[in-house]
Amino acid sequence: MIKRNLPFAAIAVIALVAAPLLLEPFRLGLLAKYLCYAIVALGIGLAWGQGGMLTLGQGVFFGLGGYSMAMYLKLTEAGPGGLPDFMVWSGVEELPALWAPFADPVFALSMAILAPVALAVLLGTLVFRQRVRGAYFAILTQALAAAMVILLVGQQGLTGGTNGMTNFFELFGQDLADDSTQRGLYLVVAGVLGVLYLATRQLVNSRYGRLLVAVRDGEDRVRFLGYDPALVKTVTFAISAGMAGLAGALFVPVVGIISPALLGVVPSLELVVAVAVGGRHALAGAVLGAVVMGYAKTAFSEQFADGWLYLQGALFILVMTLAPRGIVGLAGRLRRARTT
Amino acid sequence: MSAFVNQLPIGLSIGAVLLLIALGLTFTFGQMGVINMAHGEFIMAGAYTAFLIGDLLLALPVAFLVAGVMGLILERAAIRHFYGRPLDTLLLTWGVSLVLQQLARDLFGAPNVQVPAPSWLSGGVGILPYNRLFIMALAVAGVVAVWVYLTRTGLGRRTQAVVQNRQLAATSGIDTGRVDMLTFFIGSGLAGIAGVALTLIGPVGPALGTYYIVDAFLVVVAGGLGQLRGAVLAAAGLGLLNSYAEFWSDASLAKVIVFAVVIAFLQIRPQGLFVLRSRVLT
Amino acid sequence: MRIPRPIARLLVSALLVLPIAACGSDSEPAASSDEIRVGILHSLSGTMAISEVTVRDAELLAIEEINKAGGVLGKKLVPIVEDGASDWPTFAEKATKLIRQDKVATVFGGWTSASRKAMLPVFERYKALLWYPVQYEGLESSPYIFYTGATTNQQIIPGLDYLKEQGKKKLFLVGSDYVFPRTANKIIKAYAAANGMEILGEEYTPLGHTEYSTLVNKVVQAEPDAVFNTLNGDSNVAFFKQLKSAGVTADTMPVLSVSVAEEEVTGIGVDNIAGHPVAWNYYQTTDTPENEAFVKAYKAKYGQNKVTSDPMEAGYNAVYLWAEAVKKAGTTEVEAVRKAAPGISLDRPEGKVTIDGENQHMYKTARIGIIQPDGLIKQVWDSGEPIKPDPYLKGYPWAGGLSAGQ
Repeated sequence: MIKRNLPFAAIAVIALVAAPLLLEPFRLGLLAKYLCYAIVALGIGLAWGQGGMLTLGQGVFFGLGGYSMAMYLKLTEAGPGGLPDFMVWSGVEELPALWAPFADPVFALSMAILAPVALAVLLGTLVFRQRVRGAYFAILTQALAAAMVILLVGQQGLTGGTNGMTNFFELFGQDLADDSTQRGLYLVVAGVLGVLYLATRQLVNSRYGRLLVAVRDGEDRVRFLGYDPALVKTVTFAISAGMAGLAGALFVPVVGIISPALLGVVPSLELVVAVAVGGRHALAGAVLGAVVMGYAKTAFSEQFADGWLYLQGALFILVMTLAPRGIVGLAGRLRRARTT
Repeated sequence: MSAFVNQLPIGLSIGAVLLLIALGLTFTFGQMGVINMAHGEFIMAGAYTAFLIGDLLLALPVAFLVAGVMGLILERAAIRHFYGRPLDTLLLTWGVSLVLQQLARDLFGAPNVQVPAPSWLSGGVGILPYNRLFIMALAVAGVVAVWVYLTRTGLGRRTQAVVQNRQLAATSGIDTGRVDMLTFFIGSGLAGIAGVALTLIGPVGPALGTYYIVDAFLVVVAGGLGQLRGAVLAAAGLGLLNSYAEFWSDASLAKVIVFAVVIAFLQIRPQGLFVLRSRVLT
Repeated sequence: MRIPRPIARLLVSALLVLPIAACGSDSEPAASSDEIRVGILHSLSGTMAISEVTVRDAELLAIEEINKAGGVLGKKLVPIVEDGASDWPTFAEKATKLIRQDKVATVFGGWTSASRKAMLPVFERYKALLWYPVQYEGLESSPYIFYTGATTNQQIIPGLDYLKEQGKKKLFLVGSDYVFPRTANKIIKAYAAANGMEILGEEYTPLGHTEYSTLVNKVVQAEPDAVFNTLNGDSNVAFFKQLKSAGVTADTMPVLSVSVAEEEVTGIGVDNIAGHPVAWNYYQTTDTPENEAFVKAYKAKYGQNKVTSDPMEAGYNAVYLWAEAVKKAGTTEVEAVRKAAPGISLDRPEGKVTIDGENQHMYKTARIGIIQPDGLIKQVWDSGEPIKPDPYLKGYPWAGGLSAGQ
């Protein structure tokens, strides 16, 4: 057991101690952002890698979490009786009833997780019961992301429209502009990711995890054995949605903005691609993929402001064709090649 | 009242656009199970072909060839390694679509380009302009051509055989690799034709494909995998729904309503309007 | 040799963490004493690239010209270009990078209101300067942003004055669904109420929408005297094509656009839009010696078939205005530049442009033009003199309810 956890411990030390010491605040902020994405990726790794559900709408859950958090931040900033800035210029004169409870941080944070979970349970129950799966499920979730964006954009007075919400100043009394607050936030994100990773790994190694893999590989056989695959899938989908929601809530104070652009079809797809690049069959691959792709996007776009899309596209075309099991799979293959 | 009546032909013409962009997908997605996210970029390639050629009618066959060959290259170079893994092709082709968009931006510049509409298409009958009628005619012609190909030609029947049971078809002596190539060529070529038609009503630029791809998939999903009649009915239905929903509310809400209806519809018929009967389980 | 699995895993992870760490430590060396770094931040990819690339080009041209003339304070300007990727959070990220890592003296950038709103907190937080070159919806005045495009009283209101003069009493409002059209339409409705005009309809479509047959049907059925169009980007192409094929012409129902400039006309197709009016502060045909030089230089650098447009000119101006403020301040230090900027007045391609000290917007001349069959825009009306910027419309009694909260 100790040996098993050694690499995890080593990475944890690098992430929690070395990174905050070595990195400039700006880079540390970026790393914190990648780690937020890594939390979503972990959920995708669970739902897709283990459960075979390719969800292209994870951005929706991420967005629900992010918006919950942003609503809380905007309300604390506006103060009691005040209105968030975007409502003022959108001509809203009274705080919408939907907003009121989000002034309470406990409510806002629980909603950040519960709202995505509830939506996932609803969708999962409907869809999985009808045995919609594979490509159909992927396209449905994609349509969900597209519809969600249009809905959010259309309700400018309620959601900030295309702009989304930005211009946050403080979180729980801490100045968000301050580098030490940002460092603290980074540690929180890294800590949450670590805990979730361990918990998910535990889950995957449990009886339930094996059932999930069985559903992925032979849903009908599992059904014939007397299990309910729809239930197993719904639960998994809900867990991954909850993770995405939490990631969204962490993302908002770290990056300082939430907007419909962050939860549409493209960002949702980018995260799935990241998981594929890292290696979907291992949870570590999902996390790794999110960090690598986030880093690659930043690095490419800084180095080649004009043509970085080529590089990004090429990178994952290469990985998909040459290493279908991702970086982790590649590492495993190299190791096996050495052994034999 | 007349505005309300007008929405009927408008809805059908929206449906024709949907059908045209989805027709190629019923081939690649429906027949082969390949989720080709670069389908939108093949449409874009067709539109740029029309821009380069400048003549609408001449552009139609050329665009079919251009987009078809692009599809062929994609199939040979990458997709054939991915059969049986539809979800992986989705990601792969999405990467291809990003690269193609950037390529278009570098080749033709970021701004939209102008494709002049031929003068014989100016004017119209009642609410429907000639260019809409042209698109409707093109959609009908496309459906008929596809139907004839699938049911009246040897190649088409072989294609259907591969769709229904790949192994059995292979053992019966059908070269499934060749059928795949051909299917992908035709599917992509149809996207090229759609691209030419879209120059009549929409922008021609690097982002063109992204505007249509989600709608196209919705049509195929609602119609049923690889079902020509399903795609026709779904396109008409969604077109009418969109037209009346937008008439009574607004464009944003209409889109949301269309998505919601498709999701709800799949609760009733999870495999779409028409299902390919099969006894195969997972 | 067999590497134990955990160690292999560790190695892979370490390999991946190292470049990040390295990237963090190799922050660029401080600017050498004979150059000044400036940031340029526009979308070079994604849906907004269509518009923003040309603004970047105009800004680079201005930098090149200034360098040729000896630079600023004897130093050369070195542009650092970043891609906002049509994604608002990316704008915020790249702005942070330009300020904190590249330590640029100022940033020229943004197009959409959303990108500006996303960058605003970054610039305010680090007390850095942003020059924003596009007409926008007003109701904003950040101490760290200079607005070189028009605010509402320099574009929307002159546009309405023009329609009123033309005797257009019944309007239909069409816009993309985001903050600029919604705010613009609020202003238009207030103006209409105060001026005896009637609003027959108000419709929004999602950004990137391309199916306009239903909307065109609604417009045609309502029979307005004119349409006020705040659609953005590619939607304009679809809207004008479908409007034209529905038989609507500029004579029977002019469509006044505020987001269609010379750049967009080609993509829309001249046939589809010729004859319709637009409202801006600058056209390629604007008759000033400065504009003649600008158009000539731009074409020489980027190609004879290129056109110049209002946002490009505003971006081009921004560089010159900033350089002038730096010269006056004698330093690139942000607070000193901000103090030096008010009152700076330059003859630019659009005529005299003056920085307003109160809100850091520009005095600009409003112009209405008609799109010509050659794709250029001919001016048919102007405000005579530069209009004082009034982002909160405080000087307009009928707009009392609009700027609540300020």
